[in-house]
Amino acid sequence: MGDGTARAPGAAPGRTPIVRLDGAGRAFGAVRALHPLDFAVRPGECVALVGHNGAGKSTLVNLVNAVFAPSEGRVVYPGPEGGDGAEGPTGARRVEARRSAGIRAVHQELSLAPNLTLLENLRIAQRDLTGRGWRKRAADRMRGAFDAIFPGHGIATRAPVGDLTLAERQMVEIAMGFAEGAEPARLVILDEPTSSLDASIAAQLVAHVRAFCAAGGSVIFISHMMAEVFAIADRIAVMKDGRITEDRPARAFTQDSLVAAMGHVATEVAATARVAPEGPDILGPGHDLSARAGEIVGLAGLAGHGQAAALSRLYLSLASDWGRGRAPRAVFVAGDRARDGIFPLWSIRRNVSAARLGGLVRRGTIDRGAEAALAQDWQARIGIRTGDLSAPILSLSGGNQQKVLFARALATEAPIVVMDDPMRGVDVGTKAQVYEIIRAEAEAGRTFVWYSTETDEIRLCDRVFVYRNGRIGTELAGDAITEEAIVANSFEMAATA
Amino acid sequence: MSALLDRPWIWAWLAAFAAFAATAAISQSQGIAGLLVAALTFSAFTVLVGLGQMFVITLGPGNIDLSIPATMTLAATLSLKFMGGAGALALPGLAVALAVGLGAGLVNYALILLLRIPPIIATLAASFVYQSLAIWSNRGLRIKPPDLLSDLMLGRTLGLPNVAYIALAACLLAWVALERARYGREVTAIGQNLRAARFAGIAVERVRCATYLLSAALAGVTGFLLACFAGGAALNMGQEYLLSSIAVVVIGGSSIGGGRSNVPGVPAGAMFLFLIVSMLNSYGLGAGVRLLLTGVIIVGIVALGTRSRTAR
Repeated sequence: MGDGTARAPGAAPGRTPIVRLDGAGRAFGAVRALHPLDFAVRPGECVALVGHNGAGKSTLVNLVNAVFAPSEGRVVYPGPEGGDGAEGPTGARRVEARRSAGIRAVHQELSLAPNLTLLENLRIAQRDLTGRGWRKRAADRMRGAFDAIFPGHGIATRAPVGDLTLAERQMVEIAMGFAEGAEPARLVILDEPTSSLDASIAAQLVAHVRAFCAAGGSVIFISHMMAEVFAIADRIAVMKDGRITEDRPARAFTQDSLVAAMGHVATEVAATARVAPEGPDILGPGHDLSARAGEIVGLAGLAGHGQAAALSRLYLSLASDWGRGRAPRAVFVAGDRARDGIFPLWSIRRNVSAARLGGLVRRGTIDRGAEAALAQDWQARIGIRTGDLSAPILSLSGGNQQKVLFARALATEAPIVVMDDPMRGVDVGTKAQVYEIIRAEAEAGRTFVWYSTETDEIRLCDRVFVYRNGRIGTELAGDAITEEAIVANSFEMAATA
Repeated sequence: MSALLDRPWIWAWLAAFAAFAATAAISQSQGIAGLLVAALTFSAFTVLVGLGQMFVITLGPGNIDLSIPATMTLAATLSLKFMGGAGALALPGLAVALAVGLGAGLVNYALILLLRIPPIIATLAASFVYQSLAIWSNRGLRIKPPDLLSDLMLGRTLGLPNVAYIALAACLLAWVALERARYGREVTAIGQNLRAARFAGIAVERVRCATYLLSAALAGVTGFLLACFAGGAALNMGQEYLLSSIAVVVIGGSSIGGGRSNVPGVPAGAMFLFLIVSMLNSYGLGAGVRLLLTGVIIVGIVALGTRSRTAR
């Protein structure tokens, strides 16, 4: 890596920032999302933003990205010439200023139009792609970006984005963020960019970000994965309750001190050996997968190798579009929450109770007292950060929405819980909490079928199926579940094919 | 007050009252009471089919029942033929109309499910079949309803038309079903996000089937009541309900894209539709201007009422 000290904010005060927040804050009605604060990013800096779900990271990034205006203070884009530093631009000019400053964003909530192709999506972001031959120019830009970031990706540029897997869509967004354009990318905001990428793709991204910053570009990087934060960032800003509590060079932190700064006591994920349950398969015939009562079964392998399809097949075979028994056999925790999980017009409370309606009916109608109690109980157990459970679900941050989906599933009495990479965007503390709940529920006899792109989570499983090319390639159990074994088995076939 | 203004149906009610006032102001000959009775009577039928349409629309984009007029006609024709004017067969006659409605609903849903035809096309295509059956069984005869039933439908209780009470009861039941029962939650969930509803364990097809059955059953019963009211079944009796059943839902503040509906808006929308036509009639405007103004006013109401809201 380059010389970290030369880029630290204190050491390079003379360089004109790409973006500067002067006492900028943001409130949504009565809710204070971000207290007024000063923040700047200079060329060549790679700043990591870390903090809880709902700490204000996305709000800060949305100010930088001119998604909305600050409630107070200013957001200034001084520009390469160093001019226009006095007044923050307003209205539509904010967006224009952001664009000409070369600031791009890769969103946590995937923001591609699913019915358009990759090139058409690029055209939305890059307004200069007009006239004859724009497709060719767009294809050149995308290919350049893909080859630089994800060599050997194999993503079709002419297919509608909706046909791509979640991981592929995330790769497309990232490539678009770095792609060549009328204004070169000077500051790229990466909001949880690796949350649905597997380890090898994530490593490619980390390497590219380092090269990008070494060449003078800047990155704001939001992640809950500590290893990545330390691999990428040369400066770390810690956020808590809408404030930046610490903003220092990365080398001033250790993994433990960073977690502590975020306000968590690092809970070692129970190293206590679990006794893997014995017994017959409860999933029934017709599945490649098998699971015993009380078992935590993992699905691993490179993203997009058939795990998500296997999960939805499994879930839909256990659930019925016609039946309406009091206790469903399985519940589903969505990872792609906008597509598979959230009811966007409903309150948080209704989103929590959606899978348990059968158990809430008293004398023909839904017992709303019991529903409120259910939501409150799970708010406390899983820590959904809101003062008002009747607020719209979309008022929550992404990670908190994910907690709602967990609460929805765990609040049922279904014996099988199917989880589709559900920890996307969830902070470290909550993860540890959810791991605890999963273990406790498994001890009590619940079965978990868990697809994850994170090796740490796969290691919590009793048994792991490693997927390759749409099929189960290898089954690992107990002590054989190691990062090396999973990676080796993920690639085995790809190498020989 | 601001909480009241947040209600999606408030604009439909305000518009209905405004239309009532404007019409009453110039129609001295008929009198306010007469206007009120006429409005309640005629909008009652629209309310009954509008409630069924509302549940269908709630299911989400593409879900609209276009077979309502034909189902009304077929149910009215067959049930009146069955009764043959005999008052003793009034209840069995109602049962026939209900059964015809349920049968039509089942056919609609079977087309949607088995042939995977979009609901708009499936219900439109099926409606040609129902209409042809009605023509074939009717053969130009006009059978009178039993006097008992005509008297009941034309009668009043406490000064208000009996049909209005029927519509009110239907609204109360629909409100409970939508806002308090599990069924309403499930319909609304499906309308917001079909995939998520399925992954949340909601029996999606069962709910969709029930909804198309409900809409067609209401259409069948409404056809029966309307024929008794009008003194017989006519082949074009359902025609105006094709658009009005949809319009009252949208004017009432429900989302045409599904997932967000309300019951109080339906009667308001129905009253408004009736009153706006009679108002423009009393002003003596030409047919072209009347249609134009009706369209403009509907667009205005819908635009006012369409703002994003969250069900609490």
